[in-house]
Amino acid sequence: MVRVVVSSVLDLPVDEVWRVLRDFNSHHTWHPAVAESVIEDDLPPDTVGAVRRFRLTDGGELREQLLDLDDRAHRLSYCILDAPLPLHDYVATIQLRPVTDGNGAFWSWSSEFRTPPAQAGEMRDLVANGIYLAGMHALDGWLRRGPAPLTVARAPEKRPAPPPSPPPGTGAQAVVMTRHGGPEVLELRPVTSHDPGPGEVRLRQRYIGVNFIDVYTRTGYFDLVDPPGVPGMEAAGVVEAVGSGVTHLSPGDPAAYACPPPGAYATHRTMAADLVTRLPADLDLAHAAAGLLKGITAAFLLHDVARIAPGDWVVIHAAAGGVGSLLTQWAAALGARVIATVSTAEKADHVRTLGAEAVVLGRGQAFLDEVRHRTGGEGARTVFDAVGRDSIHASLEALAIRGHLVSFGQASGDIGALQIGPLASKSVTLSRPNYGHYVATREMMETHARRLFDALAWGIVTIPAPTIFPLDRVREAHSALESGRTMGALVLETP
Amino acid sequence: MTRVYTSAVIPAPAANVWRRVRDFNGLPDWTPFVRESRIEQNLPSDKVGCIRNFVLTDGGRIREQLLALSDYDMSCTYSILESPMGVENYIATLSLTPVTDGNRTFAQWQADFDCPPEREAALIQQVGQGVFQTAFDALKAHFAR
Repeated sequence: MVRVVVSSVLDLPVDEVWRVLRDFNSHHTWHPAVAESVIEDDLPPDTVGAVRRFRLTDGGELREQLLDLDDRAHRLSYCILDAPLPLHDYVATIQLRPVTDGNGAFWSWSSEFRTPPAQAGEMRDLVANGIYLAGMHALDGWLRRGPAPLTVARAPEKRPAPPPSPPPGTGAQAVVMTRHGGPEVLELRPVTSHDPGPGEVRLRQRYIGVNFIDVYTRTGYFDLVDPPGVPGMEAAGVVEAVGSGVTHLSPGDPAAYACPPPGAYATHRTMAADLVTRLPADLDLAHAAAGLLKGITAAFLLHDVARIAPGDWVVIHAAAGGVGSLLTQWAAALGARVIATVSTAEKADHVRTLGAEAVVLGRGQAFLDEVRHRTGGEGARTVFDAVGRDSIHASLEALAIRGHLVSFGQASGDIGALQIGPLASKSVTLSRPNYGHYVATREMMETHARRLFDALAWGIVTIPAPTIFPLDRVREAHSALESGRTMGALVLETP
Repeated sequence: MTRVYTSAVIPAPAANVWRRVRDFNGLPDWTPFVRESRIEQNLPSDKVGCIRNFVLTDGGRIREQLLALSDYDMSCTYSILESPMGVENYIATLSLTPVTDGNRTFAQWQADFDCPPEREAALIQQVGQGVFQTAFDALKAHFAR
């Protein structure tokens, strides 16, 4: 038996490297030795037992079978079924480990095989250097450059939707907002879903996130949808079909999006593929729909809008809510000392488990006293306020000198006009971030999504199990969200 | 059970790094936080089952028992018998893996233990950064010379 072990370290997060490597049908996009790759029998590429057929750049053909795939351990093994070279009983393993000192990835690629003794040296060199080391360096470069346009089409004849999904247009439904108003303006109607054009993808949506931005869309507070139209910013499902030029998604991939334009309240959706992110395999679709928009919001609020330093006092209003609970966990993990506000005692108990140092009921005098007491009279460095009208004055009062008020929502009602003159009394910084401006490009989206997936993988944040409403009970879901009684996220489940 | 995992790349061949870290009685030689160490009952420091008894630079005393030592895998597993840290069932493994690309070393240090929930975050920080990463930093600095 010949044994080959090659290892390297990539200066890239382990999840980012794993997302490519776990795709058993991806080598042709990044490995210099592979020109074409096809999975036989149309199986999803993460099906254990799937067989891939490579056409090598030197013209040879190779068939390999996936033997095991472990997303938790970041490990996969495969064997060669047919090869143009004397590599017999060849079994290889790819293993990634995080390098916590600097957020890199240790990558080990090893194999055992039999080969005639006269060719052992040549085969060892080919496998170790021509395949493994060359592949490692190529993937490193490919990930740093970003996916390049493909020179070889990805088996276009294999593209049709997987069997379980209905033909396009059949049975598709969408929630249509007939006019601006209360929940009663939402109606479930049959619609036609169309095939993806160039750069587009069609998703069979399973779960749809229900967010306050949908309420603002419905009431007309945000001018996002002209009725009649379909609201909704966020959904998770499975890729049914992709148009030409789409390289980061394949039919069968779990995928999600959380961005404008609205239109998520539907069973099927055809949209720009750039807006859609492939999901880690260990994130289930209901949780993805519940957490992607809120998690991306938390990601840019904590990394781009405000910068949280260890030891900072941070106030998070509505900390039991969808974004609030993620912000609380994440800010605490970044070392912030979190003072959370909630509206009920039940929510307070929950928020204490998320890492908040103090939890206060309401945003009145008791809240201000608590902030003063905790911070030694100084006030909070940053306040995250999505409550709006009912909280903004307390938020300003709770700030330290040169504090930062991040006002990113108005669950209690429009904030109205705010005089900016008095803000000078504390040299206040005020941010009014708009979600769309932080996810305007694929790069921005991928940056925030990667932060979120990493935070989830590391257990820094957890997405609580969402409350699930069937799609045809969308009005009840909106009423529940607006009532302020809900904890965690709401999602709609498609039939 | 709480798990702490820290890993780093040391700029030296794995065999060289292993020579430096293999001695169970050698913490004062390669970490900055151990002042003195001895093996109880005068046993050899590579006898599996031996107990190291060492004093930290801050004065704390820790007793740890060698549970496994592998020159083949370049790994070492030990448990804490006594310490001022307030952890129970603490078992840790330090292991080295060659990085063939550049002839460097991938060093991993993992600990599993039980502790009161309110101390978990502080202990994860203390063990993962204060102990493991600090020791790795010392190795990186030593071999960077």
